[in-house]
Amino acid sequence: MAGYIVRRLLQAIPVLLGTTFLIYFMVFAMPGDPIVGLFGDKTPPPQVLERIRAQYNLDQPFIVQYFIFLGGIFTGNLGTSFSGQPVSEILAATFPVTLRLAVLAVFFEMVAGITVGLVAGLRKGGIFDASALVVSLILISLPIFVIAFVAQFVFGIQLGWFRTTVGTGAPIQDLILPALVLATISFAQISRLTRASVIDTDGQDFVRTAASKGLSRSRIVPVHILRNSLIPVVTYLAVDFGVLMVGATVTEGIFNVPGVGRTLYQAIIRGEGPTVVSFVTVMVLIYLIINLLVDLLYAVLDPRIRYAK
Amino acid sequence: MSVELNGTDVDTTTSTGEAERPLLQIKDLKVAFRTQTGDVTAVDGVDITLYRGQSLAIVGESGSGKSTTAHAIINLLPGSGRITGGQILLDGEDLAKASKKDMESIRGRKIGFVPQDPMSNLNPVWSIGFQVEEAIRANGIASGRKEVKQRAIEVLKQAGLQDADRRLKQFPHQFSGGMRQRVLIGMGLAADPQLLIADEPTSALDVTVQRVILDHLESLTRELGTTLLFITHDLGLAAERAEQLVVMYKGKVVESGPSREILQNPQHPYTQRLVAAAPSLASRRIQATGSIHAAEQAIAADAATAAGDELDLIATAEARAAALEAAASAPPAIVVENLTKVFKIRGSGDFKAVDDVSFQIAKGTTTALVGESGSGKSTVAKMLLKLEDSTSGRILVGGQDLASLTGPELFKLRSRMQPVFQDPYGSLNPLRNIGNTIGEPLFTHKVGDRRSRRERVYELLDQVALPRTLIGRYPNELSGGQRQRIAIARALALKPEIVVLDEAVSALDVLVQAQILRLLADLQSELGLTYLFITHDLAVVRVIADNVCVMQKGRIVEAATTDEVFDNPKEQYTQDLLAAIPGANIELGA
Amino acid sequence: MPSNTRPDQQHYVAPLEETPLVAIDKVKAEGKPSNLWRDAWNDVRRRPMFWISAALILLVVIVALFPGWFTQTPPNNDCQLSNSNGGPVDGHPLGFTKQGCDIYSRIIHGTSTSLSVGLIVTFLVAVLGVVFGAFAGFYGGWIDSVLSRIGDIFFSIPYILAAVVVMSVLSAYRNVWVISLAIGLFAWPATARVLRAEILRVKNADFVMSATAVGVSRFRILLRHVLPNSLAPVIVITTISLASAIVAEATLSFLGVGLPSSTMSWGNDISAAQFDLRTAPQTLILPSIALSVTVLAFIMMGEVVRDALDPKARARR
Repeated sequence: MAGYIVRRLLQAIPVLLGTTFLIYFMVFAMPGDPIVGLFGDKTPPPQVLERIRAQYNLDQPFIVQYFIFLGGIFTGNLGTSFSGQPVSEILAATFPVTLRLAVLAVFFEMVAGITVGLVAGLRKGGIFDASALVVSLILISLPIFVIAFVAQFVFGIQLGWFRTTVGTGAPIQDLILPALVLATISFAQISRLTRASVIDTDGQDFVRTAASKGLSRSRIVPVHILRNSLIPVVTYLAVDFGVLMVGATVTEGIFNVPGVGRTLYQAIIRGEGPTVVSFVTVMVLIYLIINLLVDLLYAVLDPRIRYAK
Repeated sequence: MSVELNGTDVDTTTSTGEAERPLLQIKDLKVAFRTQTGDVTAVDGVDITLYRGQSLAIVGESGSGKSTTAHAIINLLPGSGRITGGQILLDGEDLAKASKKDMESIRGRKIGFVPQDPMSNLNPVWSIGFQVEEAIRANGIASGRKEVKQRAIEVLKQAGLQDADRRLKQFPHQFSGGMRQRVLIGMGLAADPQLLIADEPTSALDVTVQRVILDHLESLTRELGTTLLFITHDLGLAAERAEQLVVMYKGKVVESGPSREILQNPQHPYTQRLVAAAPSLASRRIQATGSIHAAEQAIAADAATAAGDELDLIATAEARAAALEAAASAPPAIVVENLTKVFKIRGSGDFKAVDDVSFQIAKGTTTALVGESGSGKSTVAKMLLKLEDSTSGRILVGGQDLASLTGPELFKLRSRMQPVFQDPYGSLNPLRNIGNTIGEPLFTHKVGDRRSRRERVYELLDQVALPRTLIGRYPNELSGGQRQRIAIARALALKPEIVVLDEAVSALDVLVQAQILRLLADLQSELGLTYLFITHDLAVVRVIADNVCVMQKGRIVEAATTDEVFDNPKEQYTQDLLAAIPGANIELGA
Repeated sequence: MPSNTRPDQQHYVAPLEETPLVAIDKVKAEGKPSNLWRDAWNDVRRRPMFWISAALILLVVIVALFPGWFTQTPPNNDCQLSNSNGGPVDGHPLGFTKQGCDIYSRIIHGTSTSLSVGLIVTFLVAVLGVVFGAFAGFYGGWIDSVLSRIGDIFFSIPYILAAVVVMSVLSAYRNVWVISLAIGLFAWPATARVLRAEILRVKNADFVMSATAVGVSRFRILLRHVLPNSLAPVIVITTISLASAIVAEATLSFLGVGLPSSTMSWGNDISAAQFDLRTAPQTLILPSIALSVTVLAFIMMGEVVRDALDPKARARR
């Protein structure tokens, strides 16, 4: 187990360097003045331009710039936003909100996705299975912003069950609707994945052996089928967080949730390039960390990895 | 049989004079699987009677319905399978009509089950202890954490896991195949059931392990007085391990009765075929009569003739032995000297897969490389075929050193030496048709033009006795045996001198295996081929090989002519391998 | 051993007529030759879902190629603010946008944008994914290490976020090609991973070793034997990536870093309509439906293809 963790951590280092380099390269290896380019058709005040030039050390050679940028990330200096507020400060204020939203969304999608997938898988070919397929295919096909608007329109405006925007302090009851919206994308994937996994596991020899020992179906399903089916679902969680981040950007923007996503959303909408770069970098870092955590969770679930040399 | 029967353990109610009720009586059992094109009957009117304390084996090839019958008894048919007729009476109670709940209490408690493949039958995410304790709790043998654990340790110790208390917390992947099978046997017997069904319990294991496990299973069931129903494809094994035999063919029972009687005097032509084609029996027979020739003569007048010459392994051996006389003093086709292969394994250093191996194969003869999994025999084959580089040592093929060969020379050499691999389902590219597959060597070596290549493909199809119409078809329409024929045809396309047969018949059913062995023998005498025959099955070696090299842990532990190895094995390991061939203590009809 | 045989267990032999012997291992190849692709086609054409999605895809393609067949109203330059957010009238079956443009015409003309982005991205993803995945999986060793790490890096940046950065920097060059490039450059690693895993599986097959033993060159083995047998999951994933690319373009356009407002795009129209959700929901809902149905068509096709090509998926039906 310890070897596994160390190996995973070591593997993450080149990826971490690579991704930050890639982002930096995308921004500063483009034709023209990258800073002016980042502002698009806007003309920022000269002092803002100055500050950003200083932040990115554009007078230095490219590779030196990158290492200064990298050093900044590790010392918590992520640059300043358009309004002059340090990015790290904004992050400290918004991250807890996003975390709450994400945890809620993951909870919804896991509970619903695994339940639907399990029932559909155990009753393969039945009416429930067929309906679950139709619903999940439709949900997979709906872009997140369409779901968000429809939910806002139906549940917020027409039915009035939820507030259409989130109030100050982002109370949990206001986060339910955005979290449900966020959960829909991966709900469909998780339910499909669980279904496939349940059917595969149900056909395994050890399930028959469990039955031959005299175990009842009500014990076999949770202990031998569901437990084993969760392993691929957890693997999917890693990918899921990438989807969730993009989804959070759009959802937080539409529901006005004061989180990291909305900050990025507003920066994108307003064309504040440098802020966008800072926040995308932060999100990629979070994504890498979550991937590592999921790998560890995977090892917890699968003894073959836990006890591998 | 050699095992002593302890009369007190067997419940013989016959002495009371009343008619004894069989423990298990299957009457006219029918099982069908639902498919897109309608029901397919897998078991068609099977009758089996089994009394307390007896052991009975169902023998048949794949698709004969033997495993389906076993699964029907405990009502765990896979997928769309269901019982469509007949009765399964366990102590008078019809299991075919039992409710789900009743079945749950019968499984484990009254009927234990030992499955086929120890690798896939334990849940990889739960510890061994958890899985044994679960069985104990479900059958109400013990309650309370401590008691259950105590019983689990008992059960595992009984199954032959001496350090059970220490290994309870370990997971299946930390156990060897043999150990896992012991765990499964322990679980099957945990609740002391009256009937134990063992479905090919050892066919996934190495031969020497097989024997140990079967011995243990046998003595354990005798001790406990458990009635044993045993499923196997190996007639020799069945006869050795069971008093009663049921031979199944295409879902029906073709012959049943006391094992020895059936083996000595098979009546149904299908049973006769099986007897003639079983390598274990053939090798025992040759052994018993002292020479192939005598064995052939002894059996000539008997059953095997009815089965037809091509399935009779002794006839195959005889035909081969006759052709051999000429090749006895031929120069070596292959010389292997001090061959070594070291694999570097991350984290755990070097692994010597092949360790200082030397042997020679005379032109036109067959040398068998015998060993269990991990013995390095396949690695030798790969190095010989230059699919893998050697770490040190020399391989000479027709006097040429393999290591010194460069591009074009190696390319030329490849045409002189061709392989046939084990897995019939992996040996042919599923997306290329048969014509292209057999013709690929010709195309690659730019032999002839399109038309002459096509002619050659036809010729090769004739040689392996397949219809020419197959040329435009794909492998998925062929059986395992037919695929191996195609693989042989491809190997022969460039008229090689040497063919490396890497477990080429191991995955086939006995009758098909016998056919292919005959084909190989005929091709050898016809084309003067030199074979390197790699196998784990010493019984087959008796029939096909002139010389034998026994490998263990990367080294050749014994090398001699086949007769010498069988008559006078010097190494303990060779003796163990020989002893593992089933049928040692059966008197065969002569 | 004493005989334990009971009277009803005596030697029984079934009459030969009951179970006549069949020739051993008889060749049973009749009818048309079949292989994986033909079997897949036979499977697919029996499924209604295939025909529904195929018809929808065909419709989308025709609309994209020949918008003139479906509407005569120009999407852009016939707009009158007096029609702003207006309902359906004669000749304008779906009503008007906030700018007073014909919604139906804009949906028709937006089709080619979505489809172009989808196709260009899919092409990029397929080419990059197959090249990276095939070389990494087949050649192994340091080639695999280098290519796989590169893939890991690209995989670690969610492709829409990456495209947001690229499109932010290239704000002056926003068009269909640039946006497709921005998405495609970061979307390929998933395909490469799937193909690599499949190639690792296939390259150890005995038929590959047989070909090597015959002397077939490495590259030819890759092309003739390994790649064709590894492509099935790639086909599935690229079908689905076409749908994902269409969604990605719409999302980027929705965020304002996609295509310029002068380009007809469903994402742009949805973005423009978002502030009138209370008053004129149809301006948002209608292009959303067009978008979702198109995506659904490709998602369904992916599902059908997966069921046909993956034997495990087929068994799950």
